[in-house]
Amino acid sequence: MSFDIAIATAFVVAIVTAATPLLFAALGELVTEKSGVLNLGVEGMMLVGAVAGFAATVASGNYLLGILAAAAAGALMALLFAVLTLHLLANQVATGLALTLFGIGLSALIGRSYVGMPLERLPQLAIPGLSDIPFLGPVLFGHDLLVYLGLALVPGIAWFLNRTRPGLVLRAVGENHDAAHAIGYPVRRIRYLATVFGGALCGLGGAYLSLAYTPMWAEAMTSGRGWIALALVVFATWKPWWVLAGAYLFGGMTIGQLHGQGMGLPVPPEVMNMLPYLATILVLVLISRDATRIRLNAPACIGKVFHPDA
Amino acid sequence: MSLKLEARRQTAPIMVWLTPILAVALTLLAGSALFAALGFDPVQALHSYFIQPVSSLYGLAELGVKATPLALIAVGLAIGFRANVWNIGAEGQLTLGAICGGGVALAFYESGGWWTLPLMMAAGVLGGMAWAAIPALLRTRFNASEILVSLMLTYVATLILGMLVRGPWKDPEGFNFPQSRLFDADATLPLLMSGSRLHIGALFALAVVAAGWVLLARSLIGFQVKVIGLAPDAAAYAGFSQKRMVWFCLLLSGGLAGLAGLFEVAGPIGQLTPTVSPGYGFTAIIVAFLGRLNPIGILLAALLLALTFIGGEATQISMGLPVAVTGVFQGMLLFFLLACDVLVRYRLRWQGATPAAAPAPLREAAE
Repeated sequence: MSFDIAIATAFVVAIVTAATPLLFAALGELVTEKSGVLNLGVEGMMLVGAVAGFAATVASGNYLLGILAAAAAGALMALLFAVLTLHLLANQVATGLALTLFGIGLSALIGRSYVGMPLERLPQLAIPGLSDIPFLGPVLFGHDLLVYLGLALVPGIAWFLNRTRPGLVLRAVGENHDAAHAIGYPVRRIRYLATVFGGALCGLGGAYLSLAYTPMWAEAMTSGRGWIALALVVFATWKPWWVLAGAYLFGGMTIGQLHGQGMGLPVPPEVMNMLPYLATILVLVLISRDATRIRLNAPACIGKVFHPDA
Repeated sequence: MSLKLEARRQTAPIMVWLTPILAVALTLLAGSALFAALGFDPVQALHSYFIQPVSSLYGLAELGVKATPLALIAVGLAIGFRANVWNIGAEGQLTLGAICGGGVALAFYESGGWWTLPLMMAAGVLGGMAWAAIPALLRTRFNASEILVSLMLTYVATLILGMLVRGPWKDPEGFNFPQSRLFDADATLPLLMSGSRLHIGALFALAVVAAGWVLLARSLIGFQVKVIGLAPDAAAYAGFSQKRMVWFCLLLSGGLAGLAGLFEVAGPIGQLTPTVSPGYGFTAIIVAFLGRLNPIGILLAALLLALTFIGGEATQISMGLPVAVTGVFQGMLLFFLLACDVLVRYRLRWQGATPAAAPAPLREAAE
């Protein structure tokens, strides 16, 4: 019996760990998209965040500094994107792809001396007494700082977007930038802030991979999670709580397929590894087929160039 | 005084071709800074990256070898991009083309004939088209983003290829290495130049560039592509079907990517291996933009980006530079190009601070 509890505990804890990078990245992209900016560079920002977080942690021996460095690196990448799309009015789809290609190369370049370097996992914050309760202790109180931060961001972002005036302005800018500009809101500045904030969260998502999920650096270690996060935003119809549900669903599937491989199911490992990608497609299809629902929930100005004088 | 962007009445035709040159120059400058930051002498590094590798006949032939898949894929992508159909998964379609074409080669191993290669090419094209048909179907039927679907399928394609070369298609005499048999002579592309790896695929790439140009400049469907991209409402009014366009663009670019994949395995590689491309499908996106979504421009851009691959390989050996520098170069090039492109549609104007106050009364009225 106690053995089963140990397995169940490990299973749930692993799901939380697998879901957290997706949660950060998808929440960041959600805020960016709500302001009307489509940044397809999530994968690139996550990778640069992952390598920056790892390098800073190794150099300083301080996880907090590593986490901050990752957020800063993601924010810087997003700033690059913002300058190109908001000031130089470049196509957002093309710029996002460029950001991903650039991020893959840059992170590999920065990270080449860190490949194979061991690092201790980001420590879990144990709460004396509570963390020792069987099952519930580790599942509820045995996580690291970033897991709690990610979970706290969900209600935080939902509250900000739906219940505060700046949140309303951000959404207005995303729905109709010309009207928002006519009323006198600084469309460009708001989009800068939303994009950079989104980049910082993508950086944190990457750092979670390199500091906690698999504490190491490897080239292209995000393996498509940035793109899955983009799909999760659509899946969630731009709602933070649904992002949480989607991230945990995908975390569960990742861990489920890993366990399936471990138990020696008579299926080639490659087929199991395909599951998250196929599930992403399935989820996209299920959500997108309701065109009205997407139209009602998607920010109306997403991806459109804003030029104040035009 | 501030620098303002003023929309041009029409795009500036000179700028369309000047900005790529400007972008290349800026990339070289930024690249020098990067080399200096990595502790290499920038002049020497640039020389061994961009000039040394192509200062021999073999090097020039290699340029053709690597430009072939880039040009093939980019022509298809560019036609899609013009119609706002974003096929980002050409790498996956390339992989499927390699799998299907390579499968034919293995099926008729030492039992083929003159017809083996044409059959392989047909299989490669169909494989790429089939893989691109999935995002086309899901986009037209269920409204799912072709960007995300085609990209997810790239990961799936790589896993399928890995499964095949580690499993049923593994070379029985290959000491358990994850690769297929070497293709026999009937299944290998003829070379254009002995002593090099330049194969007849390069001629196909040239033909596709020419055909792409004719299609865009002279055909009805090319006209529809341009109208749908520039003015979707006008296209709908004219009765051009958006759905048919999605199918056309995805099948065309998928088929060309599949052909490029088949050429890789039937030419330079000569067998199926777990990876059949150093990212041609993604680099082709840069090629398409750098070539101004114009087939002739794409040919030049493909040669330039091919040079970044060769330079990356050469400096990895000669100077110990990490191969990732290639990706950084390619990403920077696209950044600079997108940044410079602002000059095509806008003109820079120095402007005093006074006229900027226009929205103020509106703001007061609203409050």
